[in-house]
Amino acid sequence: MTEEDSSAKMSEDVERYLKLNPPCSSSSSSSAVAFANKSGTFKSSSPPCPEHVLENVLESVLQFLTSRCDRNAVSLVCKSWYRVEAQTRFEVFIGNCYSLSPARLTHRFKGLRSIVLKGKPRFADFNLMPPNWGAQFAPWVVATAKAYPWLEKVHLKRMFVTDDDLALLADSFPGFKELTLVCCEGFGTSGIAVVANKCRQLKVLDLVESEVTDDEVDWISCFPEGESPLESLSFDCVESPINFNALEGLVVRSPFLKKLRTNRFVSLEELHRLMVRAPQLTSLGTGSFSPDNAPQGEQLPDYAAAFLACKSIVCLSGFREFRPEYLLAISPVCANLTSLNFSYANISPHMLNPIIRNCHNIRVFWALDSIRDEGLQAVAATCKELRELRIFPFDPREDSEGPVSGVGLQAISEGCRKLESILYFCQRMTNEAVTAMSENCPQLTVFRLCIMGRHRPDHVTGKPMDDGFGAIVKNCKKLTRLAVSGLLTDEAFSYIGEYGKLIRTLSVAFAGNSDKALRYVLEGCPKLQKLEIRDSPFGDAGLRSGMHRYCNMRFVWLSSCVLSLGGCRDVAQALPNVVVEVFGSDGDDDDDTVTGDYVETLYLYRSLDGPRKDAPKFVTIL
Amino acid sequence: MEVTNGLNLKDTELRLGLPGAQEEQQLEVSCVRSNNKRKNNDSTEESAPPPAKTQIVGWPPVRSNRKNNNNKNVSYVKVSMDGAPYLRKIDLKMYKNYPELLKALENMFKFTVGEYSEREGYKGSGFVPTYEDKDGDWMLVGDVPWDMFSSSCQKLRIMKGSEAPTAL
Repeated sequence: MTEEDSSAKMSEDVERYLKLNPPCSSSSSSSAVAFANKSGTFKSSSPPCPEHVLENVLESVLQFLTSRCDRNAVSLVCKSWYRVEAQTRFEVFIGNCYSLSPARLTHRFKGLRSIVLKGKPRFADFNLMPPNWGAQFAPWVVATAKAYPWLEKVHLKRMFVTDDDLALLADSFPGFKELTLVCCEGFGTSGIAVVANKCRQLKVLDLVESEVTDDEVDWISCFPEGESPLESLSFDCVESPINFNALEGLVVRSPFLKKLRTNRFVSLEELHRLMVRAPQLTSLGTGSFSPDNAPQGEQLPDYAAAFLACKSIVCLSGFREFRPEYLLAISPVCANLTSLNFSYANISPHMLNPIIRNCHNIRVFWALDSIRDEGLQAVAATCKELRELRIFPFDPREDSEGPVSGVGLQAISEGCRKLESILYFCQRMTNEAVTAMSENCPQLTVFRLCIMGRHRPDHVTGKPMDDGFGAIVKNCKKLTRLAVSGLLTDEAFSYIGEYGKLIRTLSVAFAGNSDKALRYVLEGCPKLQKLEIRDSPFGDAGLRSGMHRYCNMRFVWLSSCVLSLGGCRDVAQALPNVVVEVFGSDGDDDDDTVTGDYVETLYLYRSLDGPRKDAPKFVTIL
Repeated sequence: MEVTNGLNLKDTELRLGLPGAQEEQQLEVSCVRSNNKRKNNDSTEESAPPPAKTQIVGWPPVRSNRKNNNNKNVSYVKVSMDGAPYLRKIDLKMYKNYPELLKALENMFKFTVGEYSEREGYKGSGFVPTYEDKDGDWMLVGDVPWDMFSSSCQKLRIMKGSEAPTAL
């Protein structure tokens, strides 16, 4: 999809366009525009002004346009349309918080209700970015607090959010309804408590894979008394105990609650009580899935009965410290499940079998490789509706045992023909299995294979993995996201450049031989938006080959490659609308300047408002 | 075997035995050539022999919240210090005895703990390391044998001397 790249580029175009003050566009492709021309010719003095009538009509029509791609196109038609579109846009998506300033946002859009904001690039998740790099929510919350009193929804990913930010949010938006924080950090339970307490219309509070400091605040008790409008509450990433009685009380007075994801401090007994209180739940995060105490004989709660009573459950996750002897309790809901997340549970094939056998409707399945190839075969045999599969490593090291392999991958490809998205960690792989998947699963849009041993070739033939990935890009014509691994030569990248015409996100690690590889990709993949590369032999020449592209991309990340300061500077000087950041991995405060010629990390991105003013000392903006 | 652009293609060498059976190669991928300005002491010099089986930063790309949960051999406890704005976490299993633990705490929070004696506790610095055990009782760090401590410690709190309750 090209929404975001269109958005920024089109905004640029609009700025230039408006400066030149052209007349209304005379494009004949849209009948509404033709109408504008026609009404233009009336230019009589009769009130109401035809332009205003048109704008009112346009406003009514634009209410129905929700896709950002369409809205971006609309905003380019003429000044009048730009204005009306800005007035009627209620949701905005900002893929890189540094691509524009908060002031630009509030200047253009006057009535936003919903903001999605993303900060750090993905490689920051893997300690490749020093702490305190940026992506602070603070300037955004300050600006939007003034501009959008009716803001209802904030969705942040990889942003640095403080308790003060959350407090300001809670104070500024009386109608606030939804807060979702994905992979965020910088705040604690005290910030959450303020949101819970002051946002009286809160429907959604979802904390997903975020780091939440334990300030030892009983935030659950901070939800106000009386009936709660809560529909979704997710706190499975919160690594601190909660007041269970308060949680139970909250659940009891939340008749609209559909999604509840508890953390590992909620025991099986407690989960049982919650389920009894909320049989209407559709999505349940089961917490620890482990009992508090040793079984007390006849006092044992009937867990299976609780699951039986929750007829609406279609999504299960949690199992953070699960006890295998209780796993079968979930059986009553298996046939209805569309999503099952076992990725925190060390489940063997033997444990998986009786469960997965009944999961005919599963569309999303996440698990650890503890289920082994055997488990994957069981999935392939039953889960014909599978759309998304993620297999994570139980032991995430390069030299650990490899319980899943090409055997499992091939089995999945043969059994789950509707597969659209796969993330697969393994120790070794074969081109044959990857090719089989490319042929059996034509609907694939996301293919992410992580062969954990660096530079590992096909373990049967000893050849590079070029052919396998080549088959993926060639046969999966809908592919938009690709992550490669294993031993790869420049040839693999020539395939990607030749066939990967819809690829928007590409992840590369420890691959390729030369700058040619980078050039193939930058010259060949017209839809490429996000390029993240580490530890590959790409240098200045490769970087230079993408000069014509960087304005149209969200970002490029290159770390531990062979870039020089001079080469990066060339890009910075040639592209004034692109911010070029250079920094090291350890974020040493003593380094005000980059010394030496070697560039450890390059992070570049387009920006409408020039380089950011909040860069820490260890970041050099060229 | 050929080495292209400094890239080590040793893995594709034909040999008997399973791939990866030899020791894994260096921390730094050999494609890195220019001046490295790195503070880490482990590796960076191309000429230095690579340490065996070293873990590379951020590889494999698994988020830390997943890594911690699956590794049953960690024992994370929270550490707070009176007056410090942030809580920290440490893995008790990384230390074998009290001196190691105390040194780590001193480094983490930039303070020094006083001299410990069984009778009088910590003297001389104003900072007193305490911990909460499985029964919820607050104890002075060092009062029980290390093994008993490391298996029962739930959280640590470094109190400022004047606030340490006399009961400890």
